[in-house]
Amino acid sequence: MTAIEEHTLRLDAEEARRVRQERLERIGKWVLPLAIMILAIWLWDRICVWNEIPKYILPRPGVVLQTLHDDAGLLFSSLLVTLRVTFLSLLLAVVGGVGLAVLFAQSKWVEMSFFPFAIVLQVTPIVAIFPLINIYVDNQTTKLLLCAWIVAFFPILSNTTLGLNSVDRNLRDMFKLNGATRWQQLRYLRLPAAMPYFLGGLKIAGGLSLIGAVVAEFVAGAQGQSSGLASRIIEAGYRLNAPRLFAALILISLTGILIFLVLSLISHLILRRWHESALKQER
Amino acid sequence: MMQEKVAQAPGSASGEGPMLLALRGVGKVFSNGVAALSDVNLTIRDGDFLSLLGPSGCGKSTALRLIAGLSTPTSGLLDWRGSGFDRSNIGFVFQEPTLLPWADVFDNVWLPLRLKGVSRAKAAPAVMEMLARVHLTGFENAVPRELSGGMKMRVSIARAMVTKPRVLLMDEPFAALDEITRFKLNNDLLELWQGERFTVVFVTHSVFESVFLSNRVVVMAARPGRVFSEFAVAAPYPRDEAFRTSPVYAALCRQASDVLIGAINSTAGPHHDGH
Repeated sequence: MTAIEEHTLRLDAEEARRVRQERLERIGKWVLPLAIMILAIWLWDRICVWNEIPKYILPRPGVVLQTLHDDAGLLFSSLLVTLRVTFLSLLLAVVGGVGLAVLFAQSKWVEMSFFPFAIVLQVTPIVAIFPLINIYVDNQTTKLLLCAWIVAFFPILSNTTLGLNSVDRNLRDMFKLNGATRWQQLRYLRLPAAMPYFLGGLKIAGGLSLIGAVVAEFVAGAQGQSSGLASRIIEAGYRLNAPRLFAALILISLTGILIFLVLSLISHLILRRWHESALKQER
Repeated sequence: MMQEKVAQAPGSASGEGPMLLALRGVGKVFSNGVAALSDVNLTIRDGDFLSLLGPSGCGKSTALRLIAGLSTPTSGLLDWRGSGFDRSNIGFVFQEPTLLPWADVFDNVWLPLRLKGVSRAKAAPAVMEMLARVHLTGFENAVPRELSGGMKMRVSIARAMVTKPRVLLMDEPFAALDEITRFKLNNDLLELWQGERFTVVFVTHSVFESVFLSNRVVVMAARPGRVFSEFAVAAPYPRDEAFRTSPVYAALCRQASDVLIGAINSTAGPHHDGH
């Protein structure tokens, strides 16, 4: 297609340069980061070899990959435990964040009264709160969920609240003129208008719920009560099993990336038809 | 056909239709102390195409919001003579298209009916008919960002008209459009109006637009916002492109322009050129 277009469409030097530039950028966007990544892994490998570093201090990438394969059963079952907490807490964060935001949107007074509590929850380090939770909550899963939820719900709450309050004034008047009820205004105007804000919060919350789950497991795992990926890391650390430690770490990173990509895709699919953020640049 | 009479006194009974609404001594003072409107007396008759013409700050939009019920007057009263008239009989077109960006054209026009509990299937004939009348057939599934400025405004008009209101309030609806598009929309709006003879109150700062469209022009002055003068546009409908370049139109515009200049000069204080 492009070849034909180029023949029929005689491009001047400037436009031809622009087309070349665009093609280069398209390829570079993928090739460059990949190349740097491969280079970094190769360098990691070389450093281990050149300095004869023992594998219990810094294992070679190949060894880590081998461990990932050999310990797959153990690691992936732990990953599943962590993922369960992550997704459950994300779900609760969505329900709690949106629910509270809708409640706040009903009245400025409610928002003014309760928003500070949300901020207090957000700014207090979860590691510091956990011992308290440990005292008051018995169930292990509930503990972890509560922890991850506290970390994850705030971006959803604050973004959705902002979205619900940033509805165009004229649109609000239009609904009023047509005698819309509170519920109709929420359902047909404020919730859809808040969608881009909510999805932005969701992307942040996705990563945070994973972090929250891992941190919670860490604190709980230090007391030997957890079976998630974080406890595998702690365990491997005690045993100087660096390859497994690295393997678990990589698994967590990849999971985080995957969560982000999936949420980005969902956001794009929902917004692509109408929201500026999802539109392709037009010249 | 409209009457060939030039009326000067506000509230004079020069129209053909019965009185629909009278503003009696209406004033509006905002909480910051600005007197947006002061002692406004104005009669709107059934079937009028009435323009509120004036410089910025003369309270035209405030008057429109009062009529719509989006705001309440500080003093005076709005007298809806047609008993049984309720505000759901009003359509409003804003300065911007003010569409739901996530909803397609059909859903945007359906909205007022949807809010009244009319299902998609039940609303479809009315929505499609309205889209046809604003020349947007075939665009039901487009979202607003895929439309041009003029087309968005057409959707906005279709949405305002889909409930078949008796009164259409328009707040400088075409101010942001280019001239060619504005002329086209002017023509189409007149066509709509002549088909059904609903009442239009049209806010504008354009002498040419007000004269082209309306049968009555109310000129307002600023600081405080008030009615300065009122006149009938003595030209018959239908008005088309030929009218736009006719000597009659030019003469009427000059007459209106003189009145508007009088209104601007009547404004007390040193700043009479807006902001």
